[in-house]
Amino acid sequence: MFTSPHITRATSVRALMVKVLVALVPGIAAYVWFFGAGILVSIAIASAAALAGEAAMLRARAKPLGLFLGDGSALVTAWLLALSFPPLAPWWLVAAASLFAIVVVKHLYGGLGQNPFNPAMAAFCAMIVAFPALMSQWPAPGLPFDVQLGLILGTSRPPDAVTAATALDALRTGLREAGAKGSVPAVLASGPAFGAFGGHGWEWVSAGYALGGLWLLQQRVFTWHVPVAFLAAFALIATGFHLADPVRHASALFHLASGATMLAAFFITTDPVTGSTTARGKLILGAAVALIAYLIRAFGAYPDGIAFAVLLMDMWVPLIDRTTRPPVFGHTRK
Amino acid sequence: MERTEIFEIARNGLWKQNPALTQLLGLCPTLAISTSVVNGASLGLATVLVMALASALTAALRNLIPYEIRIPVFILIIASLVTMVDLAFNAWFHSLYLVLGIFIPLIVVNCIVLARVEVFAAKNGVLSSAWDGITMGAGLVVVLALLGGLRELLGAGTLFGGIDMVFEGARPLHVLPEAYPGFLVAILPPGAFLLLGFLIAGRNWLEERAARRARGAAHEARPAAA
Repeated sequence: MFTSPHITRATSVRALMVKVLVALVPGIAAYVWFFGAGILVSIAIASAAALAGEAAMLRARAKPLGLFLGDGSALVTAWLLALSFPPLAPWWLVAAASLFAIVVVKHLYGGLGQNPFNPAMAAFCAMIVAFPALMSQWPAPGLPFDVQLGLILGTSRPPDAVTAATALDALRTGLREAGAKGSVPAVLASGPAFGAFGGHGWEWVSAGYALGGLWLLQQRVFTWHVPVAFLAAFALIATGFHLADPVRHASALFHLASGATMLAAFFITTDPVTGSTTARGKLILGAAVALIAYLIRAFGAYPDGIAFAVLLMDMWVPLIDRTTRPPVFGHTRK
Repeated sequence: MERTEIFEIARNGLWKQNPALTQLLGLCPTLAISTSVVNGASLGLATVLVMALASALTAALRNLIPYEIRIPVFILIIASLVTMVDLAFNAWFHSLYLVLGIFIPLIVVNCIVLARVEVFAAKNGVLSSAWDGITMGAGLVVVLALLGGLRELLGAGTLFGGIDMVFEGARPLHVLPEAYPGFLVAILPPGAFLLLGFLIAGRNWLEERAARRARGAAHEARPAAA
């Protein structure tokens, strides 16, 4: 049947999704190392809720249960969601977000491959708008596991000492409290939230994500366009602001190593369903997400703007795809 | 009016051509003001009043209105009635008037009012037209109250919040426990779109199920007849 020496390799959704899950492991390992095993509980809750939602929707839509439930796409959504949520968020928040992502954002739009918006990011936005206080409970490093578990299960109230601001939060409030006199270097030197070049601990979680992302790139799970455009644009914009006003704007390295930048670069903006499909489109998409995310971070009301930036650009993807479609062979561009 | 006509008009307004769920007309107030049962239902009732009077008045004058300038005339009729309702709300339900604000005067440009005047009242008798306005408005009230109830319940855990603006001394129901954190998105604009989508989906599902049953019944009946 195959007369020429073609190398065939069966790629399935399942194989792809398993690779993405594996690539998340270094980041999760760093997460557990610095912030304790609470995140694993969050991931388990999100996964269970996502699989339950997926199964219920597949049954309601009369789709083959085994085929779609086993493809791992719901698990990827659940893991990304759990990783972008504060790990101390109560269990019902994570579960509700997972159900919202799978049932409303994914299946009501037609299921895997049909959803116009990234499910994990849409759920993140819905929850941060609905529960801003709960969505900013980030753990202080070195919190014992039983305290984390108590917070997740809602059996104990959070004492103030256990939660800490993330680096982006701390920078924002630090600058605001200091008023006109505040400067980025002073804030960075003062707080326990900051590490060597990013948020304390978070810089290594980001490094873990980047490691996994590079492996996915090597495995050709996605092309280089989106991550490179996203990271390059983010670094350029941040450097531009930093050079123009180093007192009010942190350096590019700080921005790349803090918040959800690395997770977004390799795992969220590269979503094959909601992302652009053309090479030029991917470059535009990555750069635009970076621009919007930076503007929200620097001037918006929320500490991190990546989820909003991703959703805003998801809306533009059909138009981007249409205008960047390469001409058919033999035709010339008008 | 004959009996069948009365039922047909009511069926159209409440279900078959429900303004909010089927015609999707007048969505601006539907989405903007349905943050609670009281808000939704009050604006809906104000719209019913306007629709009934506007339809009746237009039907009475329909042979005197030149066809070419009918739309401006309809709008003038509707606008005078809305002004009356606006003043009435201001006089008797002042706190509610403050909450509903600009949306009472905006009933003038609510497409459902003009649509019923143009489609129905301009071609039918006074009684039928008034009945059409009432039932179409009632269809809107039901959806506004339902949507308002869902948003209020999910967002704040209460029902009939602000009822004291209409009936003095009445208290809202706290349906969910005090600790319920409140799913704020439901009260914000995205919640209105999401929940209206669910209501439309629910209506379509009921319609489809009814159609399927009707087909099934016909299918079973045929062999017996043959």
